[in-house]
Amino acid sequence: MSTNKKKFNSFLSPGHNACAGCGQLSAAQSVMRALTDDTILISSTGCLEVTTTAYPQSSWQLPWIHSLFENAAPVASGIKAALKKKKKKTKVVIQAGDGATYDIGIGLISGMWERNEEIVYICYDTEAYSNTGIQASGSTPWGANTVTTPAGEKSFGSNQQKKDMLKIALAHGLNYVAQSTTAFPDDITNKVKKALATPGPSYIQILSPCVPGWKIKTNQAGEGARLAVQTALYPLLEYTNGELSNSSINKNFKALPVSDYLSIQGRFKHLSEAEIKQIQALADKNLKLFKL
Amino acid sequence: MKNNLKTQFLEGSRAVSLTVANIQPDVISAYPITPQTHIVEDLAKFKAQGKANYEYLLAESEFAAASIVVGASATGSRVYSTTSSQGLLLMMEVLYNASGLRLPLVMTIANRAVGGPINIWNDHSDAMAMRDAGWIMLFAENHQEAVDLHVIAYKLAEEFNLPAAINIDGFILTHSFESVIIPSKKDIKKYLPAYKPALGTYLNPERPVTLGALFTPDHFWLEKRRIDEDLKNILQVFPKNYKDWKKVLPSESPIKALLDDGLVEYCGPKNPETLLIAMGSIVGTIKECLKKDKKTGILKIRSYRPFPAKSVKKIIANCKNVAIIEKAMSSGANGPLYSDVMSSLSGFKGVSSNHIVGLGGRDINIETIKNIIKSAKRTQTKFW
Repeated sequence: MSTNKKKFNSFLSPGHNACAGCGQLSAAQSVMRALTDDTILISSTGCLEVTTTAYPQSSWQLPWIHSLFENAAPVASGIKAALKKKKKKTKVVIQAGDGATYDIGIGLISGMWERNEEIVYICYDTEAYSNTGIQASGSTPWGANTVTTPAGEKSFGSNQQKKDMLKIALAHGLNYVAQSTTAFPDDITNKVKKALATPGPSYIQILSPCVPGWKIKTNQAGEGARLAVQTALYPLLEYTNGELSNSSINKNFKALPVSDYLSIQGRFKHLSEAEIKQIQALADKNLKLFKL
Repeated sequence: MKNNLKTQFLEGSRAVSLTVANIQPDVISAYPITPQTHIVEDLAKFKAQGKANYEYLLAESEFAAASIVVGASATGSRVYSTTSSQGLLLMMEVLYNASGLRLPLVMTIANRAVGGPINIWNDHSDAMAMRDAGWIMLFAENHQEAVDLHVIAYKLAEEFNLPAAINIDGFILTHSFESVIIPSKKDIKKYLPAYKPALGTYLNPERPVTLGALFTPDHFWLEKRRIDEDLKNILQVFPKNYKDWKKVLPSESPIKALLDDGLVEYCGPKNPETLLIAMGSIVGTIKECLKKDKKTGILKIRSYRPFPAKSVKKIIANCKNVAIIEKAMSSGANGPLYSDVMSSLSGFKGVSSNHIVGLGGRDINIETIKNIIKSAKRTQTKFW
């Protein structure tokens, strides 16, 4: 399927079949605003791929490839190598979910970062395997009710801590690592632009509320993604050359209690006060860790 | 890498790597595994010495190596990889993906047993694990054939947009020395033009394309059927392609074949009493054994996928006994080559037998072959 250029205002055209109010598609639009038409996109298997490319239709106005769930990183490396051989400066951008990033693809991402190619990796973090029906991933937060970490009489949901992907990226010596959420479109666009301008590999993680996964209303993705920042559970962050260079936890920051964030989501509604306190402790820790 | 049709005495891996270098792929990625290692070491060395200008990417696994060449091929580049055994199995998901994406990857498989128990020696169980992956699969008997089949594989892969694997027996071919002619870049260019896929079929910002879309039941089977049809269409053009290459690089076989259409080769009497069917380097041992045997012939399958059922049927038609000798098994059923041969033989009235030999590098000598011929008068499956 090939498409005509410049027919739409966005590189991700309307007509996709994502859920109403999808936080990922909204974040993807913010990413697209940072790109030029000299870009090649790679998607892992997941919601973004499934909802935008039901053959013979496609929402993508840029060259786009999906190979498998776990291999977006090495496919991007191959694309970069082919472009290098052709002496082309085309930008290469990966879009993947948290399952593809935190879990099944992590070894391959590590390999790509070792190769030190100029590839922008964007992880849309819905904090679960959204596409297969909200099973827990390595990104699922402690206490979340998912279909594979169900809350019940003898379970408070997930008993594993969310993996720290930013630290893993930083450990590979990436020059640009950032975190944002769907609620801050300009922040996303600016960060992607910065990543594109940074030599070597870069990593951007975007909290993308999933309507069925978070058990929120279709108009709450933005609110959820904003509260995640305001409660300090998911601050807006930027690391340049390994140092924290930008954070939403600054001098003027006043954190809201985490219960504001948790209470609008069905996935946390089973939690006891004691359990909510444990999550509050995570946010309090963030206040110190990411204070600029 | 110069060639004036000069015969050189080379290790099989060196013969393959020199040929690959002269084919001039744009991107190479591989992960080391015994017995494929000498090939990747050579290719890295040629690049380091400035003798080749392909991009050579280190991968952290075979899965990554295969994915890297998928990405490069999807960007319109000629690519190469090589693996063996466990590595091939780790690649498996990518192998199916490559044919589904219609990408002309070319890969050498240094055939080795698949564990457990762990074993690093030769058999064909690795190749058989990928037989349904939608790849062209060729098997080489000796060094020269390995060289020739690499060039032919690129030609077919790029013409039909399908990936191709050249199987060479681990250690037996990869680590042994033989006389071989390496085609020069000029020789190869006469036969294999530079790879230039049409705009709109690969990743290029000048004409955006969506590759790897989601196929619903309405479209999926049609796409899969198309792959099958195209693979089978290769059977029609293979003989001419083979002949054309032989014109560019004539090389003599020590034993003259009675029939050689590229897909299969038959050596032996016109009407053999017993016909042996085999693939790969064991055919050399069989030919040696049959030198004084006037009643037995050997049919070599060079193209395993697509499977040349018609060519096979024609040769078998009048034989009394057919013995399929293969270095792989399908646990709980007959050997894979046996199944392929028998399914193409409607109305065959002779005796057929299946001989599983050489598993995990078990030595097969002329005595073994003689005993197989003796036992071919009885329908049976036998491990040797």
